[in-house]
Amino acid sequence: MAEAPFGLLAELTHRCPLQCGYCSNPLELVRRDAELDTAEWCSVFDQAHALGVLQFHLSGGEPLARRDLPELVSHASGLGAYLNLVTSGLGLTAARLDDLRRRGVDHVQLSVQDADPGNADLIAGVKAFDHKLVAARLIREAGLPLTVNVVLHRMNLDHVGGIIALAERMGADRLELANTQYYGWALRNRAALLPTKEQLRQADLVVAQARARSRMEIVYVIADYHEAHPKPCMYGWGARQLTVAPNGDVLPCPAATVIEHLGIENVRDRPLAEIWYESSAFNAFRGFDWMREPCRSCVRKEIDFGGCRCQAFQLTGDAANTDPVCSLSPERAKVDLVLDTETGPAPLAVRKVAR
Amino acid sequence: MTNLAATPRLGKGVKTAYDRTRESHVVLFPEGVLVLNETAAAVVGLCDGRRTIADIAARLGEDFAGVLPEDVAELVTRLAARRVVETDG
Ligand SMILES: C[S@@+](CC[C@H](N)C(=O)[O-])C[C@H]1O[C@@H](n2cnc3c(N)ncnc32)[C@H](O)[C@@H]1O
Ligand code: SF4
Ligand code: SF4
Repeated sequence: MAEAPFGLLAELTHRCPLQCGYCSNPLELVRRDAELDTAEWCSVFDQAHALGVLQFHLSGGEPLARRDLPELVSHASGLGAYLNLVTSGLGLTAARLDDLRRRGVDHVQLSVQDADPGNADLIAGVKAFDHKLVAARLIREAGLPLTVNVVLHRMNLDHVGGIIALAERMGADRLELANTQYYGWALRNRAALLPTKEQLRQADLVVAQARARSRMEIVYVIADYHEAHPKPCMYGWGARQLTVAPNGDVLPCPAATVIEHLGIENVRDRPLAEIWYESSAFNAFRGFDWMREPCRSCVRKEIDFGGCRCQAFQLTGDAANTDPVCSLSPERAKVDLVLDTETGPAPLAVRKVAR
Repeated sequence: MTNLAATPRLGKGVKTAYDRTRESHVVLFPEGVLVLNETAAAVVGLCDGRRTIADIAARLGEDFAGVLPEDVAELVTRLAARRVVETDG
């Protein structure tokens, strides 16, 4: 039988004041009137906790756009779970943050687009940079641990040294430098976001040097299209984490809505524990039995789980295939073609989203 | 390896809890969860920033047989690598 999950990614809403061109959220967003209400979210937290979840990531969209966020935080923290607020920082005030801290937020993850203010605002699609500086100061003053998250791509990779310096000035305890994962809007904007090999090589050097001297913990997420092996998918499908979308859809991975006929179920229709243990969506790629060659007989399958199911579906049309970024995949040529054709100049389409 | 005179404490943003589902002590931190065995849980519980590794080993020796300060130091080193505990220097 599957083991209990450790983490819940709660996407409280898809609404967001930013329009990041790299956003991995789906092209078709859940509308406000379809969102789970306060009582429904509290029930999701109760059920997740009973299932074994110890860590709640309150994310979105922008979680601060939910007026009932304080109530949701109180409820989740009352269960004794670890509460991570994942935010763009827009809408954060000293009073709101102080209230959220008292109610039990343990950690804040703040996203930043770039160290160059003008470029940052260009990427975010709105004026956001100055708000990030304010948000970081408030988080530090509240004494909360801060992770700064920066999604990397062609438009900011050359500034990675400046980005590291900015995170240090912001007083971050951790810095996550995450190369863009191509889902949702990011996939649509791939031709504007894919970095060149040379950009990545330079950035790798800068990051390695900073790691050796910085007091911050620096986490670097690789650009998988450029690698020989895929990234580990969720540390195993249905193994450690689950995502609940704003409308209550329960997903094995935040991007899983792209996989057709997965049979995604909703907390409004079925208890969370049943969905985790019994649903076809969660069992589809659990363990190793579903694998085909070359993964089935590969020594790396317990390291990378055959890569990302969503990427396999998006790029090869079948989610049970080997992630095509893998050099052993018979479809790797598709990724190479993308790398050859999509790293020239291209415009960035801003994400259209209700505030 | 960590010095026996070091005084480890929980890292910033790290919480400890007892998990009824897994019937284990756990440490919770920004990027994950660590399920602790009984000895590790006892060590983490004693990392208060005042006790030295030697103190922790001596205190553990009251409840568990054969606890060596070197074993505690090694465990603390592993926990420090994951930023669950911090030691100065
Ligand atoms: C979807 S956002 C929601 C929370 C909030 N709106 C924010 O941006 O911080 C959750 C996290 O995913 C990151 N993210 C967004 N798009 C991404 C992508 N294409 N690849 C990797 N990370 C991404 C964001 O930087 C943020 O840290
Ligand atoms: S548009 Fe930006 S700020 Fe909004 S959800 Fe997406 S990544 Fe987060
Ligand atoms: S063949 Fe499959 S298991 Fe082996 S490295 Fe490639 S994706 Fe991973």
